[in-house]
Amino acid sequence: MSRVIQDFTTTVPFWQPRVTPIDLDDASKEQREALQVTPSNQKVSEYVLVLARDAETLKKRTPLFNAIMYNRGGMSRAERELSATGASVVNHCVYCAAVHASRYNQLTKDVTVMERVFADGATAKLDVRQSAILKFAMKLSRTPPEVTADDMQRLRDAGLESDEILDLIMSTSLFGWANRLMHTLGDPVDQSE
Amino acid sequence: MTVFSNTTVRCAAQLDANHPLAAALEDRSAIFAMTEQAQDAALRPRNSGGLSHSERAALASRMARLNGEDSLADHFASFLIDGNAAKIADPTFDGASNPRYAALIRHTDLVTRDTKSVTAADITELKDAGISEDDIVRLSELVAFVNYQARVCRGLRLLSDVS
Repeated sequence: MSRVIQDFTTTVPFWQPRVTPIDLDDASKEQREALQVTPSNQKVSEYVLVLARDAETLKKRTPLFNAIMYNRGGMSRAERELSATGASVVNHCVYCAAVHASRYNQLTKDVTVMERVFADGATAKLDVRQSAILKFAMKLSRTPPEVTADDMQRLRDAGLESDEILDLIMSTSLFGWANRLMHTLGDPVDQSE
Repeated sequence: MTVFSNTTVRCAAQLDANHPLAAALEDRSAIFAMTEQAQDAALRPRNSGGLSHSERAALASRMARLNGEDSLADHFASFLIDGNAAKIADPTFDGASNPRYAALIRHTDLVTRDTKSVTAADITELKDAGISEDDIVRLSELVAFVNYQARVCRGLRLLSDVS
């Protein structure tokens, strides 16, 4: 038996599905399209093979995800990873937090920010701009969301422009979506087994 | 369709082409167009499986309400919902004597309000209520999408108020 990981980590675990992934050999045309399976791309994760059970939504979700996380302009890639991690901490999606915290570390070459986020959450000691972004992301991730005009003002005071705040809203909200799939449809498990 | 007629952008009623945020929204119009397409895929798919369009609209309205997004909730409630499913939109309705509704509602509310507390047992509970694995993923995408959309709405309204 593999061990389910409970604590946040930057080592990306395995994801063990709670719903049976589809068999790629039996996939319908629509499912193959949604999976973006091509002769040169036959490698599909179990997570995506679970989501292929709703091919219509998966097909729309993948390009939307990429546009929100990787489009040019606005807030930096690293800061989008910070907001994604903030949401993942609130929703306790250990797998999502590992993927996006490790991307943040790769982009910034600085592991201290994520160490503090994992240890202290919204009260982590960060610079003014990082702290404003993290607090906003974590409050927007509650149900109902707890963001206020004061949180918005803190972002402005930290120097964020409107287009950057828009990217912060989109990337945080996107993880309100991703966390609710990944954390509920599977378990993060140890890779050592 | 302009970015200002998008369902998700319309949650912030004051946003129009004259608003200071207009240019930033226009730059991201593809994101909002894809959001609208994802909404159609989650709420009104061609293949709805075991979750009818009525049940999806009612669950979406319920989740928008739980997130404090009343205009979004009213929008989804305005979709054609058949008599039986309409009750689901009321956050105080727990499914009563309909075990399938009770299972769908319990899971929708839990994942919406308290994602972190969901365990493998909650997925088992859906299976035990006779919900197929395909429908578990369909329900999960619907719940996840509406929770995304409700947050975009909240953020846009706050940003457009202040700017």
